Amino acid sequence: MLETLVQGVLLGGLYTLFALGQSLMFGVMRLTNTAQGDFIILGAFAVVAGVSVLGNAPWAVALVALAVLPVAFGFGWLLQRHVLNGTLGKDPLPSLVVTFGLSIVIQNLLLETFSADPRAIETGGLATRGIALGEGFSVGMLPLVVLAIALAATGALQWLFARTALGRSFRAVSDDREIAELMGLDAKKVYAFATALAFVLIAVAGTLQGMRTTVSPSDGPLLLLFAFEAVIIGGMGSFWGTLAGAMILGIAQQVGFRLDPGWGIWFGHIVFLAVLVFRPQGLFPKTRG
Amino acid sequence: MTRMNTALKSAPVLGLGASGDAPLAAPFEVERATAASRAALCIGLALVLVAASLPFWGESSWMREFVEIACYFIFAMMWNLLAGYGGMVSIGQQAFFGFGGYAMLMLGNFAGVNPFVAIPLGALAAGLVAIPVSFVAFRLSGGYFAIGTWVIAEVFRLSFANVSAVGGGSGTTLTALRGIDKATRESTTYWMALACVVAAVALVYLFLRSKRGLALLAIRDNEVAAESQGIPVARMKLAVYVVAAFGAGLAGALYFVGNLRISPDAAFSVNWTAFAIFMVVIGGIGRIEGPLVGALIFWALNRFLSDYGTWYLMGLGLLAIVVTLFFKQGLWGFAQQRWGWSVFPTQRKLLHAATRPPSMDGR
Repeated sequence: MLETLVQGVLLGGLYTLFALGQSLMFGVMRLTNTAQGDFIILGAFAVVAGVSVLGNAPWAVALVALAVLPVAFGFGWLLQRHVLNGTLGKDPLPSLVVTFGLSIVIQNLLLETFSADPRAIETGGLATRGIALGEGFSVGMLPLVVLAIALAATGALQWLFARTALGRSFRAVSDDREIAELMGLDAKKVYAFATALAFVLIAVAGTLQGMRTTVSPSDGPLLLLFAFEAVIIGGMGSFWGTLAGAMILGIAQQVGFRLDPGWGIWFGHIVFLAVLVFRPQGLFPKTRG
Repeated sequence: MTRMNTALKSAPVLGLGASGDAPLAAPFEVERATAASRAALCIGLALVLVAASLPFWGESSWMREFVEIACYFIFAMMWNLLAGYGGMVSIGQQAFFGFGGYAMLMLGNFAGVNPFVAIPLGALAAGLVAIPVSFVAFRLSGGYFAIGTWVIAEVFRLSFANVSAVGGGSGTTLTALRGIDKATRESTTYWMALACVVAAVALVYLFLRSKRGLALLAIRDNEVAAESQGIPVARMKLAVYVVAAFGAGLAGALYFVGNLRISPDAAFSVNWTAFAIFMVVIGGIGRIEGPLVGALIFWALNRFLSDYGTWYLMGLGLLAIVVTLFFKQGLWGFAQQRWGWSVFPTQRKLLHAATRPPSMDGR
């Protein structure tokens, strides 16, 4: 039982990273990015491609993983400025169709470039190393690293929102775009910053997903659903809530897998739907700032 | 939107004319059809009659192709009703498509119902299951609703994938049609498909022209304002959701009668909704002609370009993005704004009998 819980929490760490970008974009501009999962996979494949050029020595992998971050930042910025800003508004349809279209384009682009074979990012044995926590029970080194990064990222985002000028501008345009603009904020620029940050998180999530397991071009939608479930379970507008939601989802899936391998993901979905029915505002709403 | 404004305005204007200014009451009349729509009705009827005779002179591959595109079209039509008129953008309508298909198959294989009779029953089952599903789905709105419905569709897929009676993950075959010879089966499926298309168009068209349709348009344009006018918003949304699920189930049941084989991955694939979104958005959302034009374009693209596989799908995705960003009304909406075409008019145009302006709202 304890082992299931620990594995669930470790899985939740990965899901936190999937979900933080989604939570950020939801929170700042009410944008539902249906291509979230596909962008994560795109990030993983970007690292795979970089590593295949530089070779899979540990320093090369680390260099590529770091180099992808500013690229993702720029990509997110440009995407928001030139495509997504034009879709925002009261009607959710344009942003949904555009991101859904992007999702199809990314999946097929990856399929064309990398074929349907699953790929992984070489980590020099980090993925197989473990720490023994008692008899016959050990946890992987890499999942622990992922969890630490997830905690650090959540804390950093929360700090950014609560304590910095940028965070204040995020909250301002989120609360009331028009008033924020009257106060001299350029909402479109603030949105571009938010998406750029979200894409850095997406790149981190993609790299770690590629290290922890394999990625293939059609994996995206499932990751999107996990990210979305974590955000909704946790409650809108709180990054610690998203982290908790991801943990709950991870644990639920692990418990489900333990009961029957065929029902693991199903059980995660059911927990999500149950939260929706009994606590539609999420478990930890609005604890930010 | 302009259509709606005119429609809403018409009531008070008529009221004023009747109570305050008697001579004004008579010169106004409400126009609900156009020359194009009358012509289209006649041409449409003629086309249906010609199409109905196809099994006597056409090839069976044409019939199969028609059945397939009919399923896409009915499904897109229902997605258009839900998203374009009901304002509920769903990425999970494949839940009802697959459920309709599985319900038809189980009725046929296990209960001994004739599969052709089971098609409407499967649709009915999809409509019924939408009621409890709406209880969960309606907790979310906007973009969250879209992804939430997708999760629900995944729950449907995984649930059916774990039921061994219907073949689990690898699916099963519709054995109930075994006794019927191929020619009879193909032409009956074809006629069913044709009837379903006509019924779906008529259902949506008459629904939108009715008082309820007007209420639905009001809800789409402004939910709060509609509620304050006494429209039961929650009940209307549920009704639209159930009707759209019924239609999606109809398409699903029909598809798998034509296909004879069902599997959870095929039945609950998100691609069904993806293609519906592309068809509706490219053709023009919130208008009946939209999915019709979209389905024709989709059929043509599919026929000539599907050999290009991934490039074709990439192009489809890009086309949807470009249309959304630059032609928000879709191709038919563009034509309608430009030339005032309307084959299925649902608006009420207010005309002044004495002067007869060509159009009150510029459409």
